[in-house]
Amino acid sequence: MKFGIVQFPGSCDDVDALGAASRVGEATLLWHAERDLKGVDAVIVPGGFSYGDYLRAGAIARFAPVMEEVAEFARAGGPVLGICNGFQVLCEAGLLPGALLPNTSLRFVFRQVELEVVDPDTPFTCACARGERLSIPVKHTTGRYYAPGPVQVVLRYARGHNPNGSQDDIAGVRNEAGNVFGLMPHPEHAVDRLTGSTDGLKIFESIREHVEHRVFA
Amino acid sequence: MSSIASSPKHRQLGLTDFEYDRILERLGREPLEVELAMLSLMWSEHCAYKHSRRLLRRLPTQGKHVLMGPGENAGAVDVGGGLAVAFKVESHNHPSAVEPFQGAATGVGGILRDVFAVGARPIAVLDSLRFGDPDTSERSRYLLERAVAGIGHYGNSIGVPTVGGEIYFEPSYEQNCLINAMCLGLAPHERLIRSAAAGPGNVVVLLGALTGRDGIGGASVLASAELGEGDEAKRPSVQIGDPFSEKKLMECCLELLDRELLVSLQDLGAAGLTSSASEMASKGAVGLDIDVAHVPLREPGMEPFEIMISESQERMLCVVEPARVDEVLAVCERWETNPTVVGEVTASDRLRVLQDGDVVADVPVSVLVDDCPLYDLEPRAPAAPLDAVPHIGDERPKNPDETLLNLLRSANMCSRRPVWEQYDPIVGSRTVRRPDEADAAILALPDGSAIAVSIDGNGRRVACDPRAGAAEAVFECAANLAAVGASPLGLTNCLNFGNPEKPAVAWQLVEAVEGIAQACEALEVPVVGGNVSLYNESPDGAIFPTPVIGMVGKLPDAARAGRLGFAQEGDEIAIVGSFAPARAGSELAKLEGEPPVGPLPFKEVQAVRDAHGAVRDGIRAGALHSAHDIAEGGLAVALAECCIAGGIGAKVATDVDLFGEDLGSAFVVSGPRLEGLEVIGRVGGGQLEIEGRLALAVSALREARAGGLAASLG
Repeated sequence: MKFGIVQFPGSCDDVDALGAASRVGEATLLWHAERDLKGVDAVIVPGGFSYGDYLRAGAIARFAPVMEEVAEFARAGGPVLGICNGFQVLCEAGLLPGALLPNTSLRFVFRQVELEVVDPDTPFTCACARGERLSIPVKHTTGRYYAPGPVQVVLRYARGHNPNGSQDDIAGVRNEAGNVFGLMPHPEHAVDRLTGSTDGLKIFESIREHVEHRVFA
Repeated sequence: MSSIASSPKHRQLGLTDFEYDRILERLGREPLEVELAMLSLMWSEHCAYKHSRRLLRRLPTQGKHVLMGPGENAGAVDVGGGLAVAFKVESHNHPSAVEPFQGAATGVGGILRDVFAVGARPIAVLDSLRFGDPDTSERSRYLLERAVAGIGHYGNSIGVPTVGGEIYFEPSYEQNCLINAMCLGLAPHERLIRSAAAGPGNVVVLLGALTGRDGIGGASVLASAELGEGDEAKRPSVQIGDPFSEKKLMECCLELLDRELLVSLQDLGAAGLTSSASEMASKGAVGLDIDVAHVPLREPGMEPFEIMISESQERMLCVVEPARVDEVLAVCERWETNPTVVGEVTASDRLRVLQDGDVVADVPVSVLVDDCPLYDLEPRAPAAPLDAVPHIGDERPKNPDETLLNLLRSANMCSRRPVWEQYDPIVGSRTVRRPDEADAAILALPDGSAIAVSIDGNGRRVACDPRAGAAEAVFECAANLAAVGASPLGLTNCLNFGNPEKPAVAWQLVEAVEGIAQACEALEVPVVGGNVSLYNESPDGAIFPTPVIGMVGKLPDAARAGRLGFAQEGDEIAIVGSFAPARAGSELAKLEGEPPVGPLPFKEVQAVRDAHGAVRDGIRAGALHSAHDIAEGGLAVALAECCIAGGIGAKVATDVDLFGEDLGSAFVVSGPRLEGLEVIGRVGGGQLEIEGRLALAVSALREARAGGLAASLG
């Protein structure tokens, strides 16, 4: 299978996501100004500070030409993963419900946190067990999730691990259809024992399982 | 202040009458307005190093790993596998004292540009910060909070990890804080590029942000004079950082170099276009014509002199062969870096500034770059120690338990977590050890090896004895590298001192450089670049003499990188090295109100080298589970830090002085069987016990160390 990683000017964790995805499949970068998704099976909108995020995190990136194609891909049921800034972009683009607000500390926070898998029946968590704990780092200034109504929660911060004041300890949510998922923690930074934990690999492995199962079923 | 307005123009710009006379002599005429503005900056301390250049020749710069030495935007060493690491440390002290957020942010932006200007992709930033006492000074808490936010803002946004650093608090930095930033970059050997312009007829292209009025005169007004009253009014001289622009500029420059489209590349830092163009022309022994009418401006109506000296951030200058210009412009359009042809290389020896074809400046390059008078320092050892004033300390007698807890709570020793949690240390996926896990930061290389980096410099100890204190900073960095299993390849330094025209400050500077040189020779580590920051004074006096050392090393196996925390119940504990702890200059002496006076321990060089080698080998072989150099706070604090980091206790028996200091000489190590070492105890349990002297729960140690900075940061 092939992952496509969107590259905006100001993306920072694009190469990290490319490396993580390459551990479980093929991976290629998708340039923001182009509309070609290169036939990928899954799209990752990575972390960073797209277009500088001076207006509001993700507010400009949603207008990028590539995002029109990503929205179309999502409407057709393609799996789309948004990490950190990518989560913010997907919320701004209306592909996910809710919004990310500034952390209650009003500061950037880097921390290794424990997550709990609330919903293992998604293309992004199917390799995990319900209630399984994942150790994955967060690093953001604008990660406090808020939604006015009920949402489909996929990951929560474990008790005592909420780093940003997120509503109901929400760390990651999906859309109604289940094929678009955004999370603030960085699974691409938890794929190698040398540089941290390997729990993030399960997110990428889940996507591969989902895609391959779907294709060959 | 009013006298300045009526003084001659050259004095307003920071030039002395002697220097102005030399300009008249060299030009054979009065300088034009643009020429005088350019010369005043090129002849400033910040650009010309006129008080330090002769002294710096003392530092050893040769070594078998050196690929690029001092004089380029950054130095570079070979790390094997066809890769080079370029690195440099630089100060942004005075801008940060005036506006800490932007001062610190643009300090990071500037050092990043220095590194990608030589063709290396920045892979890590470290910071060395100094402030006044956070417990008593609201100003210092404000400077700390805003400088840390500024560093995080720039580094986090551009996607370069902040992997390490250090902070000390001393009253002498109350008015004049220090913000030193170091960057490391990685490049294949063949992508390293120098800044020398070449090839008359080649085109000069300006990339990046628009040129505005920000930062005008920063190098002379801020960086080359003492701080004083009215500094608020200098805020317009502080530049404003835009990490998004720099991110695009960085990716653009690296792609241009990957495609081999550039003849040379130079960043625009202090003195802006003037300095960049002069340096490029000087190094290439060519001339340059720059037409300011082509420079894209942020605001209309800027004078030619303003355009030439603007310190607007996020700009680069490159030289391109005419046949490659279209390709260069295409890459730049993709990265939105606003490429503009602003001039050309000439066969003359002159820097000419044109405005729509009219010559507004025409100066021999050598006058700008080489003719600034160099001054010999007039060092004189002070009759009495400079900082001998005792301050209010707590002299009540205490038992060792209380003393250790007080040390762990103190501003210089407490946990840096509240600071490093505001930085992204992992972007780039190379970070093998996170902050607080090891004595040095470790970055994995593609072939399974790794580089290690440490930054250090304790001004209090340099104040005690400038030569021994500066040497100790070098030994301390090398010890940090040894503790993770790395051997040193090269170092960079930033010399932060007071006014060098004062004999006692000159003496500190000369002695410190001698100490660094001797330590470099002893360890066979070359200096590949650095920065000098002088005039760090306020009406209250000079800062502690503060040489900051940044050292880069290599370890063969990233997977065996050392950790500082005790790892396993039952492991043996030993002290490695010839440890000669003393009270002078120690954190305990400071806590008890003693001024920084008295001799530092004598170091027997061979013993230090042997200790470093033994620990390095033990880590590499896997025989040691942990290694931590014994630094500020002495043996007791080192043991406490090993327990806190490992989350496990220890029981030892020793009669070594618990709180005396001797930095860079010795280590606390642990391992399953420490053959040939004198074992002093074992890892295990929930408390640190030093038999008959001290016993504290690890949780109590952690709690004591946790709170200090969090309270200061609010």
